[in-house]
Amino acid sequence: MGSYLTAFLVGGLFCLIGQLLFDLTPFTPGHILSGFVVAGGILGGLGLYDRLIRFAGAGANLPISSFGNALVKGAMNEAAHKGIIGVLTGMFELTSTGVTAAIVFAFFAALIFEPRG
Amino acid sequence: MAAVPDELKVTAEEYRRMVGREKPPPPLLQNALKAFFSGGTICLLGQVIQNIYIAFGFSPEDASNPTVVTVIFFAALFTGLGLFDRLALFAGAGTAVPVTGFSNSLTAAALEFKKEGAVLGIGARIFSLAGSVLLFGVVTAFVVGLISALF
Amino acid sequence: MSVKVAQQSIFLDPAPSLASTATVAGPMEGAGPLGSDFDFLYKDQRAGEKSFEAAERKMLLEACSRALEKGSFELDTIEYFLSGDLLNQITVSGYSAAVLGRPFFGLYGACSTLALALSLGSMLVAGGFAANVLAATSSHHSSAERQFRYPTEYGFQRPPQAQWTVTGAAAAVISATGEGPWITAVTTGKVVDLGEQDSFNMGAAMAPAAASTLLRHFEELQRSPDYYDLIVTGDLGAVGSKLLRQLLGRSGYYPEDNLNDCGLMIYNPHLQKIGAGGSGCACSGIVVLGHLWRRMKQGELNKVLVVSTGALHSTTTLAQGETIPAVAHAVALEM
Repeated sequence: MGSYLTAFLVGGLFCLIGQLLFDLTPFTPGHILSGFVVAGGILGGLGLYDRLIRFAGAGANLPISSFGNALVKGAMNEAAHKGIIGVLTGMFELTSTGVTAAIVFAFFAALIFEPRG
Repeated sequence: MAAVPDELKVTAEEYRRMVGREKPPPPLLQNALKAFFSGGTICLLGQVIQNIYIAFGFSPEDASNPTVVTVIFFAALFTGLGLFDRLALFAGAGTAVPVTGFSNSLTAAALEFKKEGAVLGIGARIFSLAGSVLLFGVVTAFVVGLISALF
Repeated sequence: MSVKVAQQSIFLDPAPSLASTATVAGPMEGAGPLGSDFDFLYKDQRAGEKSFEAAERKMLLEACSRALEKGSFELDTIEYFLSGDLLNQITVSGYSAAVLGRPFFGLYGACSTLALALSLGSMLVAGGFAANVLAATSSHHSSAERQFRYPTEYGFQRPPQAQWTVTGAAAAVISATGEGPWITAVTTGKVVDLGEQDSFNMGAAMAPAAASTLLRHFEELQRSPDYYDLIVTGDLGAVGSKLLRQLLGRSGYYPEDNLNDCGLMIYNPHLQKIGAGGSGCACSGIVVLGHLWRRMKQGELNKVLVVSTGALHSTTTLAQGETIPAVAHAVALEM
């Protein structure tokens, strides 16, 4: 079971950093969120992101950086079993849930709702 | 590409400085606090949802899957209801950084471009905002994975 | 006899009449301080149409038909239809022109389109090429957002210098006969670029163009700012207006309270979340042809200089790291 306090604090911290980047740099949200994903991937490669998830639970799992971590882990785990080809075959193993859900829900929402403008 | 007519009696550099002085600063502290608070709350709610799934029998590692699906579902729903963008005006990075932002970007694009049809609209444009996140995530994982596989 | 003065200005003689005008707007504009000056207000952004683009076309056609009706002009007496908007390939104007069936000049001046259309329309009439010209423009917050920025349901924060695109349309019949206000002079702007790259800071991008055109107007026509009861810029907003005053000051011009901005007039900044002010073709469109036209007809204002300002970038040029060039056109209206 995860701690609510650490989830709140760490999740909030990720978002705080994102907000400062939004306000203090000329980069768009697209740039900054891409940066988060790359950072999550690098930390994942170093084995550090998983430790953060064990500490903060959803506070580290929900920010988009964990997407980068999950892609890296998927690639690395499969590569450990199957060699280099595993980098390609395993990459989406852990992120499949999120990406699939986002695409499917977006599609159905588009069928049901209208943009308000 | 500068086009500075004589009558203005100002250089581009001088004007840049004038603009810098007049540009209103964003409310840094307010925005930071709002982002911290709302982002923290979203992750807190995510943790609650995860613990509920654990109570329902998921193992602690597996519980993150239905949790992410649930959070993504609600973000898509709020976007469809026209509420997400209003929440985001307040929360800023608080809704953009968690996976709610990813979900919103797909749903908002799908909603907007459905006027151009399912294939040329939704299909072609659904990733217009999230594409870079996917691209850089995959490329990073490829490079990092390759490095770790080789060494 | 109309006279070309120096490089950019024209005295129009006989001055064409701004014989009839009509304006329509969306709910936010209706809720603003000038709401009662618009002929028709739509209850929402879709105006009962299937897309925002279709809604904008409906608004433009509504403004055109009301302008004709209010002045008792038959459509077939309109010799030219001049119109422009913000959408790619100015489809709002082009598709509306198809409905109206009159000889069409499509214009692109971004948010400077009102003054651009009035300039060319009055030159056609004063030059003896037409007795009646219909000049129009429109913009729509959602269709503009969708094209220039983000899908309308995307969650993001606007910086404080950002402006809000006005939803509305404005049309005018410019006629060789008719009552005031008359279009007495036109100064055509050059494109000016002082290196702005922030697409959320349109005011800063356009202020130099407004300053350039105003300075040329004052110099060439030998007029000081005091000549006018009111000088309005199109949509410089709070940031751009301050920069304009600073730029004018460097050439020794210090207009006092007779300098205002349509973007600052159209919304109530305390009640409405509109950032640095309104923007869009319809910003100067509905403020000038709705609100200011009424005040001139009622004798409150006699000499008004309209300086609509437009930014000429695209999403492509921005993404490629180019700066934002702008243009401003000035049209003098006198009773």
